[in-house]
Amino acid sequence: MAEIAPNPRHDPEAAAATRRYFWNRFLTYAVLTLFAVIYLAPLLVVVFNSLREQSEIARNGLISLPRSFRLDAWAEAWGTYCVSGTCEGMKRNFFNSLWMTIPATVISTLLGAMNGYVLSKWRFKGSEVLFNLMLLGVFMPGQISLMPWAFLLGKLGLTNSTYGLVLIHVVQGISFTTLFCRNFYVSIPDDLIKAARIDGAGFWRIFRKIILPLSPPILIVTVIWQFTGIWNEYLFGVVFTSGQQQPITAALVALTAGGTTARAYDVMSAAVLIGALPPLLIYLFGGKYFVRGLTQGAIK
Amino acid sequence: MSTHDLTVPVAPPATPWRERLGTMVPILVLAPSLAASFIYVFVFTIWTLYLSLSNSSLMPTYLFVGLDNYASLWANRRWNIAYTNLFLFSGFYIVGSMAIGLLLAILIDQRVRGEAVWRTIFLYPLAVSFIVTGTVWSWLYNPVDGIQAFVRGLGWADFSFALTANRNTAIYAVIITGIWQSSGFAMALFLAGLRSVDPDLVKAAQIDGASVSRTYRKVILPTIAPIFLAVAVIQIQFAIKTFDLVAALTRGGPGVSTTFPAIYVYDLMFQRGQIGEGAAAAMMMLAALAVVLVPYSLWIVWRRRAEGRNG
Repeated sequence: MAEIAPNPRHDPEAAAATRRYFWNRFLTYAVLTLFAVIYLAPLLVVVFNSLREQSEIARNGLISLPRSFRLDAWAEAWGTYCVSGTCEGMKRNFFNSLWMTIPATVISTLLGAMNGYVLSKWRFKGSEVLFNLMLLGVFMPGQISLMPWAFLLGKLGLTNSTYGLVLIHVVQGISFTTLFCRNFYVSIPDDLIKAARIDGAGFWRIFRKIILPLSPPILIVTVIWQFTGIWNEYLFGVVFTSGQQQPITAALVALTAGGTTARAYDVMSAAVLIGALPPLLIYLFGGKYFVRGLTQGAIK
Repeated sequence: MSTHDLTVPVAPPATPWRERLGTMVPILVLAPSLAASFIYVFVFTIWTLYLSLSNSSLMPTYLFVGLDNYASLWANRRWNIAYTNLFLFSGFYIVGSMAIGLLLAILIDQRVRGEAVWRTIFLYPLAVSFIVTGTVWSWLYNPVDGIQAFVRGLGWADFSFALTANRNTAIYAVIITGIWQSSGFAMALFLAGLRSVDPDLVKAAQIDGASVSRTYRKVILPTIAPIFLAVAVIQIQFAIKTFDLVAALTRGGPGVSTTFPAIYVYDLMFQRGQIGEGAAAAMMMLAALAVVLVPYSLWIVWRRRAEGRNG
């Protein structure tokens, strides 16, 4: 670069251009940094407060660099903090969320993969119409299904249970997973399937030997999308479970609702982070796939 | 694969019974999901529609009362607040997060260093639940412990920032938090759009001597116009469904000032035992979504057909 650039001292026009260039660069990074600070600040505040002593928070306010460091709040939030009489912290709710999210994610993804396979490679008369009908599920507001679910869960004996929430999330998730997988499988050449069929391979054999080995990219996207979505869900959790059965989102709201006593910001911060950690870790390690799911889910 | 496959390339002639079963397999695989989706989409909607026309109160009943619930819904002051909030929120939220998202996308598109790091920072709020976001921001808005106390501590003694404490301003707290949460999403979509613009087009504009800002305004942004619409439609959808964020941030308060339609539905169905009217409100949410999504979907289909004809 240096050799090509004319000496600015001899060329005022080039000097102005160089100045403008550096000024532009500076402004670009300045604005990006400003927004990065705004975006990161809330996270930093919570992380700091989960490590500070409550007395220090009470004295200096929430927004302040930590002057003390301890992990007690984490231990308390995980195992011993009391919410309305029970002193078990968040661990039970954390596992409720986990045992709700993992099966619901696995089942809905498997169903989505098989549906997508049928709807892209084994089309039959009317299958496009059926696909479009399934897509409507993507847009349904949860509020429409609240009373019917309440009735059905009651009939099935699944009220106030993690299984009930698994059922809801599987049914709700099918339309998304089917959409993702179908749109991915469409791009697998039909000739591949035709050749396999001529060789005598049937429905399941083609699925196992051809489709599944090509599927990891879309399955990762689908799993990440479902896992974060279900883990973060609140409406069904708060409506259909209570107390010990609540997933962590509903428990967090109950925990931070707070009584009249001084708010234990240290413990609440740790609890919030415990609730945020699984999707955050997934985002950090699978960010590429997370973004891909986002843009695919958005622009169909 | 075993040699068996090679020596017997054609499957033994199948009996008609087996053949028929074979053609049924795809439909059988699809059937459970189809049935579940059908119940979820159609049966549940008609069910709730029926409840909205019944006199259900604490328990669902099926005595038909016509449009009474809708009449009392629209006469309710709190519902009035709920949809006014929805309009206010949607407007600011969409414009705000699109503006910030576009700005960030354009800046990142200037071949900045550490692009992945910037993107990760701006998008992480989307991985976190509305409950977490709302809880943390409710602390930041708290005048005694949060931002106001912090700025006053820096020496600006009469600094005032107590949006959530006042019923006239609490909605703006929800708006700011909503924008914070989702401008990264707008950024991601815009960035994908900017990257898809034909580089030759940009080069041609630059050769013609167009400045950077002019190139963006006249060449790049018009070509990604459909993305603006997509982002807007998705965000209106978010806005109509807004529940968690408000539940964690303001719990609908102070008073009822930050009630949203979804909050109203929940309250009527599960706190006040007015299931019929709650169902009517839920149907109005569905109607609002349909008003946005049906024309958009039709437009998408129409555009695809037009492209198919021209391409």
